[in-house]
Amino acid sequence: MIQMNNISIHFPGVAALKNVSFLVEEGKAHALIGANGAGKSTLMKVLSGAYDHYSGEIYLHGEKVTIRTPKDAKQLGIQMVYQEVDTALIPSLSVGENIMLESMVHGMGKKQFIHWKSIHEKAAEILASLHVNIPTTKSISELTLAQKQMVLIARAVSDSCKCLILDEPTAPLSQTETEELFRLIGLLKKQGVAIIFISHRLPELFEICEEIMVMRNGESVMSEKVSETSPNQVVEKMLGKPLADQYPERSSSHGEHILEVKGLSDGNMIDHLDLHVKRGEILGLAGLVGAGKTEICKALFGEADTVSGEIFINGKKVKISSPYDAVRQGIVLIPEERRKEGLVVTESVSSNLSMSNLKKFSQMGGFLNFKHEKREAERMIEQLAIKTPSSETKVANLSGGNQQKVVIGKCIETDADIYIFDEPTKGVDVGAKREIFDLITALADQGKGVIYASSELTDILGMTDRLCVIYDGEIVKEMETKTTNEAEILFYSTGGK
Amino acid sequence: MTKPEASTVEKQLVKKPFKLFDFFYKYGTILTIALLILIFTWANPAFIDGNNLINILRSISIVTIIAIGVTISLSVNGFDLSVGSTASVANAVVISMFVWYSQNMFVAILVVLAAAILIGLINSLLIVKLRIPDMLTTLATMFIIQGIALTYTKGATVSENMVMPDGSYATGVISPLFVKMGQVPWIIVVMLVVVIVVHIFLTYTKHGRYMYIIGGNKEAARLSGIPVNKYKTIAYLLSAVLAAIGGMVLASRVMTAEINAGSPYLMDAVAAAFIGFSVLGAGKPNAFGTFVGAILIGILSNGLVMMSVPYYAMDIVKGAVLAFALGLTYYKQK
Ligand SMILES: Nc1ncnc2c1ncn2[C@@H]1O[C@H](COP(=O)(O)OP(=O)(O)OP(=O)(O)O)[C@@H](O)[C@H]1O
Ligand SMILES: [Mg+2]
Repeated sequence: MIQMNNISIHFPGVAALKNVSFLVEEGKAHALIGANGAGKSTLMKVLSGAYDHYSGEIYLHGEKVTIRTPKDAKQLGIQMVYQEVDTALIPSLSVGENIMLESMVHGMGKKQFIHWKSIHEKAAEILASLHVNIPTTKSISELTLAQKQMVLIARAVSDSCKCLILDEPTAPLSQTETEELFRLIGLLKKQGVAIIFISHRLPELFEICEEIMVMRNGESVMSEKVSETSPNQVVEKMLGKPLADQYPERSSSHGEHILEVKGLSDGNMIDHLDLHVKRGEILGLAGLVGAGKTEICKALFGEADTVSGEIFINGKKVKISSPYDAVRQGIVLIPEERRKEGLVVTESVSSNLSMSNLKKFSQMGGFLNFKHEKREAERMIEQLAIKTPSSETKVANLSGGNQQKVVIGKCIETDADIYIFDEPTKGVDVGAKREIFDLITALADQGKGVIYASSELTDILGMTDRLCVIYDGEIVKEMETKTTNEAEILFYSTGGK
Repeated sequence: MTKPEASTVEKQLVKKPFKLFDFFYKYGTILTIALLILIFTWANPAFIDGNNLINILRSISIVTIIAIGVTISLSVNGFDLSVGSTASVANAVVISMFVWYSQNMFVAILVVLAAAILIGLINSLLIVKLRIPDMLTTLATMFIIQGIALTYTKGATVSENMVMPDGSYATGVISPLFVKMGQVPWIIVVMLVVVIVVHIFLTYTKHGRYMYIIGGNKEAARLSGIPVNKYKTIAYLLSAVLAAIGGMVLASRVMTAEINAGSPYLMDAVAAAFIGFSVLGAGKPNAFGTFVGAILIGILSNGLVMMSVPYYAMDIVKGAVLAFALGLTYYKQK
């Protein structure tokens, strides 16, 4: 149906796409996979009209078409749900308005007045057809990340849609939400809609897609039917080498209690929670999306309206009522919504990497040592394999996954005793995942305490020494990781007793 | 392997289409200044005269100092609209200290700085604690402070030998040393010192970096353990103090305190700070850029006067050139 031929595009200092060709067929789901910064999002942005300075041709049903603006793409029925959901939503408007944004902007014709009732009715109808239960009058700023995602998908299908591009849609979704999405994708496929699906989770690509294209360094390195390839082959093509063991070896000797928490409450979801971490130990917080893992992390970090409870670090009682206190007491948090909470996208990679530990880079009188800062930044860029033209590049110009890596680098750069990771592997490719795991393990081996919160059960099982299953803001079960398995964790995290 | 070669070739290819735009973004303001100098010199060769250039620098001193304060408030993504009124207060207080209360220069300046700190504290209290948006807060305090200045002087102009309410004459005199501050070269020196010190503070110290981080993403700054409220408070304190310094320089130059003498400086200062964003491609508020912005405005005003543009038409030309300079620097190619 759609044929992209020899697409190339340049940004200052990088050739993001080099002669990429891509064939999209009606009623089929196409997987697009590749390491962070390989050019997946860029290729899809070309198709959806976000850039106009590319070279190459695009054909629709054999006819050459011009796609240079988002409007061009939409008129041809190409809809895209962007990776950074927050950039595409208007937080002050309601869910209904955000879903119907397009028809409010383009579909009004000569009409001057907005018929609110029909807007909300139509929006509700679309949400209902997606089996999503969000009131259309709610404001976007009150939604969770997963709900925002659903709103965007609803917006994309609100218009006549022939080709739907989903850029890492499942990253913030829970199991059930993901299944909902897949059901919806199946439905759309039956209606003849072509789906392009970008994800770093191989199993789901193999579950719902018919075709797969692998990208590396701005080039297409493999196009194949899913039925004729295997996950191992895909990973090998994607990284250019076979993937080593996914999880590092863990030593199991732990020291004293480094963190002890008694009766932690955040006045909202968390009520009298006890937990402890030993030196050199990685404690997992397992649970579904929305179980309250993020809330626990934030409460520990002093980032909640009313935090109460006792926190002991190295046996000493400390008071943590703000993130500032937490950092001073040696706790760092790697937040989940990284673009919003972890980065200053208008600043360079190096100043983002150094921002939580500027003391290390400043001399007497608070003067900064730029050379030292740059050296450390370059070390971190290499260690995490962050794909960037230089340490001075603005973070806004990095690919989604590389932005994630910058946040992780920033937090590791901080000299702390306790590290709290909230979904650290979200949106990073399999190769980089291993790098991040190595860094986390290295922290534990240095005798730090690590809390690892994630809804990816395989990662929890692979990385942690001990784990707490969280359900509705409570610890429902504590287990040694060695003694348990995925099924058991899933049982407890869905409320089983 | 041939890869590295390939990528250097690509780099050269990549650079070309972007160069022109980059060039304008970085040098747009400076180009406008050069263009203006050419036009004004062509119209009247006396424009490029050394005396006139010094005259321009002298005339922009107050705007620059106040604009640097605005720049600091912008760096934390705030906006201090009360700087003009603060300058008025400083002007009135410092002259009255001399004229009404016969104080020496040291005391006079100290009192003004105390008043400025008080204003900064009130602004930051409203912004940080009550969480009123910056622009609204300072819009409100702008009126309050302006009113305080008026009330303090009872709506009269304060000057040496003025008639006091009880019919007698004011006996105090303005310290000659203080008057020096408003004259060449000191008025230019004060401005340059302020620009350089603040430039170093914002660019080379960790405090300045913290402010930019807060300005770029407050949420991320907070979660990185940066004391956001503390730095916002500092920003508004500095902004008020610089506005007060601007007001004192104004006082020493005119040696009187007219009513609302500081207010007209607000708009020029804000314009200078915003023009400064793009100077040399900084893309954010910065002291050096603000200085260049102030120079642009100063040259414009001076040149227009020399070209005998009637005063009532001046703002039209001024606004148009500002829009041109901003357009040149903000125009973005997709
Ligand atoms: N606006 C831009 N300016 C400069 N460079 C850019 C811009 N957008 C993308 N790039 C660069 O292009 C390359 C490809 O980025 P892209 O976002 O397509 O990666 P991706 O495959 O989607 O990665 P991820 O899995 O991390 O989302 C990256 O190296 C990125 O730094
Ligand atoms: Mg991407």
